[in-house]
Amino acid sequence: MTESPTTPPRDPHGFEQPTRAPEFSTPVPEPVEGRTAPVPPAAPVADPSAAEPVGGAPAAPPVLDQGTYQQLRTPRSPAALALDGTWHQISPRYVVSEYVQNAILIALIVVAALVIHLAFEQVWVWIPAGLMLVVTLITLIILPRQARAMGYMLREDDVVFRRGILWQRMVAVPYGRMQLVDITQGPLDRAFGISQLKMVTAAATTGVQIPGLTQDGAEALRDTLIQVAETRRTGL
Amino acid sequence: MSTPAPWGPDPAGSPVETPAVVLPEGGSSSLADGEWHRMHPLTPLFKGGLVLIIVAGIVISNMRERLIGWFVSLFAPDEAKYMDYGGDPVDWVLDNNLILIVLLGVLALAVVLVLVFWMFWRFHQFRITGDHVEVRKGIVFRSHRRAPLDRVQGVNLTRPFPARVIGLAKLEVVGAGNDANVELEYLATARAESIRADILRLASGARAAREHARTGAPAPAGVTAQLVGSMNAGVNGLIQGVDLADVAPESVVKIPTGRLVGAHLVHSLLWLVFFGAIIAVSMIGILIGAVRDGEAEIGLIGLGAGFAIGIPMVLAFVAVTWSQISKSLRYSIAPTPDGVRITYGLLTTVTETLPPGRIFAVEVTQSLLWRPFGWWAIKINRMSGKSAAQQQNGNAQQFNIVLPVGKRADVERVLALILPDAPQSDIPLVWEHGILGPVEGDPYKTIPARAWWHRPLSWKRHGYTVTEFGVLLRRGVLWRKLAVFPLARLQGVSVSQGPLDRLQGVSGGQVHSVTGPISGTLSGLERDDAIALLDGVSRAAAAAAARDHSHRWGSHGSASGTADAGGAASSGPAEPAPYSAPAGGYTPMPPSAPPASYAPPASYAPPADAQFPVAPRVPPAPRPE
Repeated sequence: MTESPTTPPRDPHGFEQPTRAPEFSTPVPEPVEGRTAPVPPAAPVADPSAAEPVGGAPAAPPVLDQGTYQQLRTPRSPAALALDGTWHQISPRYVVSEYVQNAILIALIVVAALVIHLAFEQVWVWIPAGLMLVVTLITLIILPRQARAMGYMLREDDVVFRRGILWQRMVAVPYGRMQLVDITQGPLDRAFGISQLKMVTAAATTGVQIPGLTQDGAEALRDTLIQVAETRRTGL
Repeated sequence: MSTPAPWGPDPAGSPVETPAVVLPEGGSSSLADGEWHRMHPLTPLFKGGLVLIIVAGIVISNMRERLIGWFVSLFAPDEAKYMDYGGDPVDWVLDNNLILIVLLGVLALAVVLVLVFWMFWRFHQFRITGDHVEVRKGIVFRSHRRAPLDRVQGVNLTRPFPARVIGLAKLEVVGAGNDANVELEYLATARAESIRADILRLASGARAAREHARTGAPAPAGVTAQLVGSMNAGVNGLIQGVDLADVAPESVVKIPTGRLVGAHLVHSLLWLVFFGAIIAVSMIGILIGAVRDGEAEIGLIGLGAGFAIGIPMVLAFVAVTWSQISKSLRYSIAPTPDGVRITYGLLTTVTETLPPGRIFAVEVTQSLLWRPFGWWAIKINRMSGKSAAQQQNGNAQQFNIVLPVGKRADVERVLALILPDAPQSDIPLVWEHGILGPVEGDPYKTIPARAWWHRPLSWKRHGYTVTEFGVLLRRGVLWRKLAVFPLARLQGVSVSQGPLDRLQGVSGGQVHSVTGPISGTLSGLERDDAIALLDGVSRAAAAAAARDHSHRWGSHGSASGTADAGGAASSGPAEPAPYSAPAGGYTPMPPSAPPASYAPPASYAPPADAQFPVAPRVPPAPRPE
């Protein structure tokens, strides 16, 4: 296998990750530059040889790893699902945004329950309100762990999205199957500068939604995905 | 567009005046010439027929009292005075001698209705160009729908019974998406068939189709001749029982009516016995209780309730079974140059044409009750292009059934038709190892014994295997199922694992395809097998999609040289008759065996300790250096 970093797409095995892997397996405090340094930016996409279906994994734009978590949280059990490769993660601001949204929700629930309690003297209202509060609080408690467990990986032929620790799920969507890539942003998301990216295929069950990407990261990821998909598109 | 036609849709309403002008959609050119054409002139009658029936129903229900009164006075004049009703408009009209005015009003209404229908018909046009099929309609609210031909998922020709009598048919161009179909209703059957052929030929990418289309059949002389002609043809078709134009390619499967009826009856009987047993048990309970308490009335009431529930249930079963049987009667499946043609239906006939590469998953199933008879059924996942509401009804379900019931030889022939690219080496995986399995040493990755509780009965069968053509899922023991997901049409793979799964080192998996009756879920796989599924399948899917050109099946011959110079395997020969030799079992791919661009199936089982991305792969076909 040729190790030349200048020609990753011509690698006969089509893999460049093994050459990079040792570098990322050690957690570096500020690895933003180090992660993508060996790869010439956007090389396989711009290269005319990328039109070939087997052309190596697309190079990830460095902006994908700016301002995100740097250490993936995974189950400790050796029987857990795991893939080798570079996981890109989401922004910690996602957690803050969700906290604010849930705080608003909690405030609304409490106000509504208080109104019903004091104005109409219906004490039972605290049963459903309490249940909702407990559920929301539990959601808030596990949210930081969940956010650290989310990640996506750009592989040679597909993009893999993972989420969950106790209940793990990984979805692989081949690049050529993407019908459209959608970026959405709520009002609070905009305040925190994050957005959600959704990939739509012909199958309704695939449903890949990556929340909490940075604004620049989402746009870079979308452009990369669409660029790669263009070169590998087929009928449906 | 040629000269406008001077007739109305209703021959009775506006008399036909010397139809010297040829049909607007007639002329010397065929319909796929890029010009706007209209539907059959009887269309408004058919679509307006519903309105007329409703109006007639209202009128009749209003006249009912009067008719009854008339009959009563006829047979029992003494009772007639009881049928006194004031304010009846008919009485009022008769009393005031307004008959003439009312009749004139009715006539005017009829003329207006006819005019409205005629206007709708005038504004309802379709056009078939080299790249699109377009329909525009509506007067006030105009709609214009255009569908690209290279995304056509199939063409359906539906002939509801009344329309069949006068030789009309509805053509449905199936698109990919929700509510994405383009419907041309109604057309004369012969025209609908020629349009279908044109659309499919254009969709196949063969540009010569337009030139060919110009030398179509000459148009009929005029309206009356056309009406008489189509009526005659329709009646002939009814009498002969088979619409010859449709079955011109010989069906590769003949289903005896007895087998079809029997297969449906067996299933219905099971449900009947099941519910009958529930009712019988509950009734016996009520009776015993009543006898013990000495209250006969309660027992009688219970009996009555039992019958009141049971008899409608039996009727419902008969109706459901009959509708299923009548939908599957006169089934035929045949290869055509532009795809597989499936015809079925006793009264309402449906002819579907499935172009190659529009099938996302295939499943062969056999219930326990069918096993003694050796019967199988085949279903597919495909784009239906219908809206969510349309997908709910039973007719839509029928579109996913490719073989209602057949013997093993029938199944083999149908599989060879709908999966023409499946290589010879996959057949034992489908049959001996798959549907009939498990066999010692077959390549299926199944549930390990420690995780048997995921599928208490079928854990030895429940599993998957990957070939270079597709993912094969083997499931079920009472209801044996084998699903094939062609890799070139795969939409994605996912794996999931809960805490219990993790304790046992297993994982669930799912193969994603378009919405349909076939699900791709698996559970309780070995963890490494699940990872291999995620890894190998999506990589193989990308490679298979790169080799696959069936979405433009006709033009592949010229495009293959430039599209993939790397020597990828072509999916079929260039001439537009890839389905010409399906006669005996699997003779799937004409000689283009894939050059070693993909690893044999065995290499998809990576060693447990290997790192997956580094797992050695057979290098791709030699690149042009």
